[in-house]
Amino acid sequence: MDPISKFMVDHKIPIGAWGKAFFGFLTDNFDTVFRAFSNGLNFLLDGLVGILLMVPPVLLALIIAVIAWLLQRSRPLAIGVFLGLIFIINQNLWKQTVQTLVLVVAAAAMAMAIGVPLGIWAAHKPKVYRVMLPVLDLMQTLPTFVYLIPVLTLFGLGNAPGLIVTIIFVIPTAVRLTHLGVVSVPKSIVEAGEAFGATKSQLLWKVELPSALPTIMAGLTQSIMLSLSMVVFAALIGAGGLGTEINRALGSRRIDLGLEAGLAIVVLAIVLDRMTRIAVGGKK
Amino acid sequence: MTVAVDFRNVDIVFGADQAGSLAMIDAGATRAEILEKTGNVLGCAGASLTVNEGEISVLMGLSGSGKSTLLRAVNRLNVVSRGQVLVKDGDKTVDVVTCDEATLRRLRQKQVAMVFQQFGLLPWRTVEENVGLGLELAGVPEAERKERVQRQLKLVNLDQWSKKYAHELSGGMQQRVGLARAFATEAPILLMDEPFSALDPLIRTKLQDELLQLQAELKKTIIFVSHDLEEALKIGSHITIMEGGRIVQTGAPEDIVLRPANDYVRDFIANVNPLSVLTAWNVMRDRRDLDHGKDGWVWLDRRKTTRFKIDDHGLVAAAERDGKPAVWVSCADVEGQPEEVAQVFWANPGTSLKTVMLAMHRSQTAPVALFDDQSRFVGAIGIRDVLSAVLRR
Repeated sequence: MDPISKFMVDHKIPIGAWGKAFFGFLTDNFDTVFRAFSNGLNFLLDGLVGILLMVPPVLLALIIAVIAWLLQRSRPLAIGVFLGLIFIINQNLWKQTVQTLVLVVAAAAMAMAIGVPLGIWAAHKPKVYRVMLPVLDLMQTLPTFVYLIPVLTLFGLGNAPGLIVTIIFVIPTAVRLTHLGVVSVPKSIVEAGEAFGATKSQLLWKVELPSALPTIMAGLTQSIMLSLSMVVFAALIGAGGLGTEINRALGSRRIDLGLEAGLAIVVLAIVLDRMTRIAVGGKK
Repeated sequence: MTVAVDFRNVDIVFGADQAGSLAMIDAGATRAEILEKTGNVLGCAGASLTVNEGEISVLMGLSGSGKSTLLRAVNRLNVVSRGQVLVKDGDKTVDVVTCDEATLRRLRQKQVAMVFQQFGLLPWRTVEENVGLGLELAGVPEAERKERVQRQLKLVNLDQWSKKYAHELSGGMQQRVGLARAFATEAPILLMDEPFSALDPLIRTKLQDELLQLQAELKKTIIFVSHDLEEALKIGSHITIMEGGRIVQTGAPEDIVLRPANDYVRDFIANVNPLSVLTAWNVMRDRRDLDHGKDGWVWLDRRKTTRFKIDDHGLVAAAERDGKPAVWVSCADVEGQPEEVAQVFWANPGTSLKTVMLAMHRSQTAPVALFDDQSRFVGAIGIRDVLSAVLRR
């Protein structure tokens, strides 16, 4: 090794050690808090999965198809959703699919619940957005495995840490698309609202949000899709569902099992995507 | 006459260095100099203008002249850097520049409505929901809102379209929705920011006519921004011309056309058809400037072809043309008059120049006399007066 490189290596900045110390501090002092949070979340998720699994699979598939019809008013879509779910039942992956469904929907809902207000805030305050942007980039580009480790040490194994990593990964998309939607509201209609005496909250609820709605809904669809893509990683830290099947198939090199679970994820993705997609430009 | 809106020395600067820019304005710097020195954009400087109740006051200028900027100061869509904008609010006046948020909102909801160039309609709302926007924001109960919206839609002939979405309508119809939305608030002051510029010429003319008709009934105070002088002359009772953020001339339409203050205004009016603005009053020679003969005879023209004998009451006692007795006939009856007798046409001061010219044409370029409401002789128009007005010499 050349002397300059050696000098630099000898004086390595201990970023890893600092991070470790930070998380060590958290686990040492707030372990009970994190564990309690984790246990509560696990209880909620497992409970929800338990309730859904008490419903006969075909009936639940039918209920989801009805919801699809209520959302989109399209008969072919409802039939397609029903057939897709029947295929999953037929593949004997229903239990895992319900676990994944609960995790994905919960993660997307939480990500939207946090991301939409953040996105609105960022859209109204460009300075906030400038600070937020690098954090969002970090959350999306830091390899998932890297934050699996601290989440694991803080929250232990189970559905709860799986949910948390998924939310971390998905929030940036919810924030970004909400921000995009709100900043792209045409100036002319914002001014129209102001000129007729709208308060700040009237402007938000009656002008900005309705105008940004198609983009925000695209954010919801994207959030669900990204949550699904995290299923396999979440399974690595103990989240149940289709991801576990795929990891098992990978570990034991079982092409058949991998194909079945993979196809089930694809079906679930298509079902959720079509159910949550709204016509661009609003319904006529 | 009551003042509805009063701009007093309004300066508007966009940018951070307000104090520096205002100092430069005081030193008489141009917009380009201010931009170079401070990086700020001068919106308008030293603008003072009084808009009386019930008039249509037009702000004119090329794009970037500050006309929209000044208009938008009235409801504080643009923040005034210095000066006052006094707006009539019931029995008192409010300075929009310094009033608090609650007062501003009340003014925007009840006193000052606005019509936008790009319509500013909410595309996800139906026509009636758009028209009701201002009332909704002001918290008007739904039943009353519905009733007022329907009335406005009838007024602009859109009641058949109330359930359609704004984007399903043509541009002209969309702007009618914009007008109805502004009328629905029953605000006495209306701001119109180039409302017809985005429309094609035929629709534009039609909407101008409709606006004038509605105005005859509603008697709002309208501040209207336009870059089209024909439009300004057609609808404006008062015209203000702006250049580079400053007001260069303000006055009645014919003042602008007859006495342009500088070359900028002259360029503006170069392409305007004077016949659409000028009246007999604007081109006549006053009675006192005419050649007076003896026995109360007055020559109407320089060529001395036609003369009147005026009695002590200022009324015409006799007329003579080319040395023969003549009758005097109103310009309004220019068609279908027998031509056996020599005629002298007369007009009122408000008669359009076009009608006067028609009368001259019928009478082989004889001069036209001007009578006031009591039929007293006030002046005359000769062919040279008409030519110099039309050619602006």
